[in-house]
Amino acid sequence: MASVRPVRWHIAVFLAPAVLVYTALMIIPLFGTLVQSLFNEDAAGARVFVGLRNFATLFGDALWSDAFWNALGNNLWFFVIHMLVQNPIGVALAAILSSPNLRMAAFYRTAIFIPTILSFVIVGFVWKLILSPIWGIAPGLLDMVGLKSLFAPWLGKEEYALTALALVSVWQFVGIPMMLIYAALLSIPDEVLEAAEMDGITGGAQFWKIKLPLILPSIGIISILTFVGNFNAFDLIYVAQGALAGPDFSTDILGTFLYRTFFGFQLQIGDPYMGSAIAGAMFGIILVGVCLYLFGIQTRLRRYQF
Amino acid sequence: MKKTVRMALLASTLLAGPALAETTLTIESWRNDDLTIWQDVLIPAFNAAHPDITVVFAPSAPTEYNASLNSKLEAGSAGDLITCRPFDASLELYNKGYLADLSGLAAMANFSPVAKSAWQTDDAAATFCVPMASVIHGFIYNADAFEALGIAVPTTRDEFFAALDKIKADGTYIPMAMGTNDQWEAATMGYNNIGPNYWKGEEGRLALIKGEQKLTDEGWVAPYAELAKWKDYLGDGFEAQTYPDSQNLFTLGRAAIYPAGSWEISGFNAQAGFKMGAFAPPVAAAGDTCYISDHTDIAIGMNAASPNAEAAKVFLEWVGSPEFATLYANALPGFFSLNSTPVEMKDPLAQEFVSWRQKCQSTIRSTYQILSRGTPNLENETWNASANVIKGTETPEDAGKRLQEGLASWYEPQK
Repeated sequence: MASVRPVRWHIAVFLAPAVLVYTALMIIPLFGTLVQSLFNEDAAGARVFVGLRNFATLFGDALWSDAFWNALGNNLWFFVIHMLVQNPIGVALAAILSSPNLRMAAFYRTAIFIPTILSFVIVGFVWKLILSPIWGIAPGLLDMVGLKSLFAPWLGKEEYALTALALVSVWQFVGIPMMLIYAALLSIPDEVLEAAEMDGITGGAQFWKIKLPLILPSIGIISILTFVGNFNAFDLIYVAQGALAGPDFSTDILGTFLYRTFFGFQLQIGDPYMGSAIAGAMFGIILVGVCLYLFGIQTRLRRYQF
Repeated sequence: MKKTVRMALLASTLLAGPALAETTLTIESWRNDDLTIWQDVLIPAFNAAHPDITVVFAPSAPTEYNASLNSKLEAGSAGDLITCRPFDASLELYNKGYLADLSGLAAMANFSPVAKSAWQTDDAAATFCVPMASVIHGFIYNADAFEALGIAVPTTRDEFFAALDKIKADGTYIPMAMGTNDQWEAATMGYNNIGPNYWKGEEGRLALIKGEQKLTDEGWVAPYAELAKWKDYLGDGFEAQTYPDSQNLFTLGRAAIYPAGSWEISGFNAQAGFKMGAFAPPVAAAGDTCYISDHTDIAIGMNAASPNAEAAKVFLEWVGSPEFATLYANALPGFFSLNSTPVEMKDPLAQEFVSWRQKCQSTIRSTYQILSRGTPNLENETWNASANVIKGTETPEDAGKRLQEGLASWYEPQK
């Protein structure tokens, strides 16, 4: 029975659907966009190859670069808020939820996770209403605790609007880091915790010295998901502030800047070539960020095998 | 209501019988507010004469219309009839070959050159949309509130601000219902509403296009200075007040004056429980010539790739007829027919608006023709500048300077 090893077709067959769908829906459009960013229209409206000139315009022409850096800066702030607020709160919630003494843990878990499955349109609309200076409940609630003076039309003020929207987004998505960390915390074997207790490490110290180092890889994954999600964000800003990302472009992030440029807005005609260049720049930024994480941080994280 | 329409459509389909070729025309539009009017009034009236053509009105949200229409045209999935935005947005579609040349339609004779100018090539050689209506800017006021406070309808700027002061001092009403959250009201109902009185309507607008005036000139900066004064008369938190917020504040009777476009009339008639009146943008001194923004706003054209071109032309001929003009102007008071045949209107508020055409000079919005072709886009910049000026985060002079720099960066006559 000397035989040639049979070709293992089933591997290809099982991989095919995912590969085909992913190629058709993600890889081809991505490369199409990157290629399109190297073209532009000549005076007659014909499509011509211009090399990197679109990118030169984007970064070199003050009209474009000011808007681009403004959007990138806002995007960074959007990301910073998520990293500083969403993820620590997510970890803290997960730590509380995983405490065996907490009653109704399932209820809290569900309640906190529910906003993540809501549509951006609903979240944006509801929060606009809550924060509305005219009909909103926010001024009334603040008034009840005697802090009416703290109320401002946050979404309409340059200095607060972006932070307010970032916090709305945090409210919506805090359930995701919570769930991931919660799962990581549950996977820590009891022996480890019991051994810690034998050594007299309990309560808060146990969290900081034993649990936190063990969930660091999960926190890393959450950070990178947050990064990719934030730099691709668009929906919430568009729903709440429109494509012009008011007031005075203070909430303009790369996604809304791309939308305005690519599809046009009101009297502004869409420019698919410059739009592709912006999309290419966004892709580059995300790629660099992910690579920094993968090669700079993830390879150095210490993992524990139980 | 919907059911009867559906039944009527079904019945008309059945009655048409198999002998006639069945054609369905789809209309792309941003006027989703008009859905019921098309379904209940306009399409049945058309079908009375042409039962063999089914017409479907398929609108999308106003802010998404241009982007979604462009995408649909590029993908070849757009409807047969396209509602046309004025000037460059439609001209661009025509130049790309998406809109058919309609110069040959018999109904085009029913429109004046001015009415057609918004949907023509720059040399007026080809007209590609049948004009439907224009909208007029002005101020709608709560007549009951004015009466209670003893305020006469203002005609000059001093009277206007005196009235605002009086309303503010009384405290019952928010003097003026407008917010800056959505930005466009500040530009459209603010700057382009009061502006023509400063830049003298067509005279200033054309001089700007020719490069004889600049946006830093007195006539173009002064409207910003007036807008900056509005700040004190807007409601609390106007920075986060949206367009629907403003509409509701006014129709609920909480605000006395609403800087308006005439398109609000039908909505306000349905919502407001008080008497309303309207006044044109106040002039500097009594007796000055007044200028109003009488903006050619809406037209309808044909998708050049439509397989139902013959049926679409039949429909467009009907849109250009006096019959349509009368139906449309009365179904949608505030959308004033551009048809040369005078149209009898029943709505008093609409009559008030249209009466200004007799005593004032008409112009269109300053940014629409030619000047919003480049990057940065002057219309979008004007939204931004108007909102900034009202909020007080930019001075009128700085706004004018910034807009002029942007315009001069790409527009040859302004360099």
